[in-house]
Amino acid sequence: MTILIDKKTQVKQNFQPKGFLRYFSFSLDHKVIGIQYLVCGFIFYLVGGTLASAIRIELTSPISDFMPRDVYNQVLTLHGTIMIFLWIVPVVNGAFGNYLIPFYVGARDMAFPRLNAVAFWLIPPSGLMLITSYFIDGAAQAGWTAYPPLSITTPESGQIIWILSVLLLGGSSIFGGINFIATILKLRRPGLKLMQLPMYCWAMLGTSILVVLSTPVLAGTLILLSFDIVANTGFFNPVLGGNVVVYQHLFWFYSHPAVYIMVLPAFGLVSEILPVHCRKPLFGYKSMVFSIMAIVVLGLVVWAHHMFTSGTPPWMRLFFTIATAFIAVPTGIKFFNWVATMWGGKISINSAILFSCGFIINFVFGGITGVALAQVPFDIHVHDTYFVVAHFHYIVYGGSVFVIFSSVYHWFPKVTGRLLNEKLGILHFLFTFIGFNLCFAPQHWLGLNGMPRRVAEYDPQFQLVNQISSVGALLMAISTIPFLINIFISSKKGQHSGDNPWNALTPEWLTSSPPPVENWKGEAPLVEQPYGYGKLNHVKNNE
Amino acid sequence: MLIKSSYLILIISSIIGLSLFIGFNVNLLPEEASINAPIYDELFKILLVIGLILFIGMSLIVLYSLFKFRRKEGQNGDGIDLEGNLKLEIIWTIIPSLIVLIVGIYSYNIYDRMGGMNELNHNHDLMNQPNSERIWAGISQASNNGSGTGNPNIEVSAMQFAFLFNYPKGDFISGELHVPVNQKISIKMESKDVIHAFWIPEFRIKQDIIPGQPTILNFTPTKVGKYPIICAELCGPYHGGMRASIIVEESSEYEQWFNQNKKIKI
Repeated sequence: MTILIDKKTQVKQNFQPKGFLRYFSFSLDHKVIGIQYLVCGFIFYLVGGTLASAIRIELTSPISDFMPRDVYNQVLTLHGTIMIFLWIVPVVNGAFGNYLIPFYVGARDMAFPRLNAVAFWLIPPSGLMLITSYFIDGAAQAGWTAYPPLSITTPESGQIIWILSVLLLGGSSIFGGINFIATILKLRRPGLKLMQLPMYCWAMLGTSILVVLSTPVLAGTLILLSFDIVANTGFFNPVLGGNVVVYQHLFWFYSHPAVYIMVLPAFGLVSEILPVHCRKPLFGYKSMVFSIMAIVVLGLVVWAHHMFTSGTPPWMRLFFTIATAFIAVPTGIKFFNWVATMWGGKISINSAILFSCGFIINFVFGGITGVALAQVPFDIHVHDTYFVVAHFHYIVYGGSVFVIFSSVYHWFPKVTGRLLNEKLGILHFLFTFIGFNLCFAPQHWLGLNGMPRRVAEYDPQFQLVNQISSVGALLMAISTIPFLINIFISSKKGQHSGDNPWNALTPEWLTSSPPPVENWKGEAPLVEQPYGYGKLNHVKNNE
Repeated sequence: MLIKSSYLILIISSIIGLSLFIGFNVNLLPEEASINAPIYDELFKILLVIGLILFIGMSLIVLYSLFKFRRKEGQNGDGIDLEGNLKLEIIWTIIPSLIVLIVGIYSYNIYDRMGGMNELNHNHDLMNQPNSERIWAGISQASNNGSGTGNPNIEVSAMQFAFLFNYPKGDFISGELHVPVNQKISIKMESKDVIHAFWIPEFRIKQDIIPGQPTILNFTPTKVGKYPIICAELCGPYHGGMRASIIVEESSEYEQWFNQNKKIKI
């Protein structure tokens, strides 16, 4: 099959800068855009991490002594917003999705390359805008949830800039979602069936459906909130007869699926990494696909479990308890399948597999506390406490971020043609895993015993445990040093990896590393069994 | 094969034993000072035991696989070509579903015993009134004391950044919440500005105080002492400092305190 490219596009592509500069251009190449997402996201991760360190320093003592109280609230608001909207969502979706999906479906680029570039280029300006709002009149300080009436009564400029940048980031997310759905469903190479796609495609299809269905609700809500702030309307302002609980419903209608927008792609990435390094087919392909779709459907009907202590009627509490707890079933299926994938394999112990296993252990822990939190009577005591802080960090850091690191170790040779240093990688893993658990495990106890979240001062009896937690945070901060050294040195001087260092069977490894501009020199190979380890003749190449 | 399966049984039973031991001997919760607290702690212990069994089990399987199936020096080639197993898939769909279902039913029962399904919360007359006059019900108290509003009635106002307690019968306002022990207390909470939350960790109760939605919360303290009241919803810069105390005393002491403070009507 030949792919027709009209001459205009071809000419335009030739004007793209070459070499390092292309990462700063409005490039239409999905691989360049993927790297742009990843590096941009990582820079914001460092910013968000610095803010997290500031929080942990403040909490080493029970009194508010490190920064002014309103600045502390700005810091925690920015930390949450940056980590969610500028690091995890763009990286697990945008970065890996852009880089891998066209390879997986056998296409030369995404369905809408220009929309793709626009989606990326919305991110750096809105991120910068969000951070600079601190220097104008203070950043937003109502938490990343921006609950009214607090968000209506705090300084306007910070809150409005926060709303604007979240709207832009939501727009970027929707553009990306539409692009992924179109690419996966419409750009598949002839002969490639849906049930032959690598699992990450299914994860991205599910995630993109969630993005397209739920992000517009957040956008609408935030626009109404901005009316309340600048035009004195009364949608959510109780003084003018508005209802604040309605805001919470609308907000969580997006923001609970947002959790799945952050973890489903991570589930997909792990499903790619484990079979390669365990040399075994992915266990239970079909049940993995169905469980992703079950999570998508259930994920849309669980939002009110964030509001068990708000004014919610009892029947609603019960419905959302049951729906939430049942998400554990499809999620559990995925974890059992991964463990079964490892069982009986020939596992290479390397940084990629260690981070993936770290992910499984952390996420199982976070999932168990999640099922507990779904129970109304349990949640009523620990809602809005450090127990919840610990729980969701086990999900988004112990889950998604561990997978991001695992993926970087796995696909670094694909992007650069060089291997990362394994010793530094294992050092990075040890620091991250120990630091992470030291930081967040004790916080469960803090929440159970009476420390609410988002506080700059607390009861002195909690000081020791908070200091232990801060030591963990310090280890996490240190862990980025071997990682950064590894990335910089290995990209210049790392050992050459060849085209396919892991002997992987998924399509992205069946071209040169780094890949050429339109992915394949000839036609895209037809990969009918992306996980056909232990079999012969898995690739039918049409060439 | 026989030896292998007996090893397996040994390991599984020791995981369960360890989880039960930790669940029932390690106390992770603060004191129990209301009739809701022991009910809550019962649920907590059960969830902790189930959670520990699952977590320790899964972690051990992952670590065992990493060790047992690691690639040894000079070993090449792939693992076994095993793409799935319907029987296993059915087992690990049905067992977690059953666990989730049983936990759900059990926690419903706990919620009912805590008074979550009490009449007060279903009162449609209350719900049909205009927003400003409507009374919203928080989680009620444990049901063995019946439903409806209790005594004494205390009005709680939450504002940035304090709780104030109004005793309408005595016509005075206090900065501390004094209540008699072993009596059903009913408080009507209102917020003057933003959302706050009323949390007493030792009582295991929490209720958001939402502006425009006066809310009733019932509880029965069972232990004399002084416990913190904590605001658990971000309410502004001094949110961390928004705390008050509840002082639970014997009825006689409470009466004495009440009589000292009440305004004498002329």
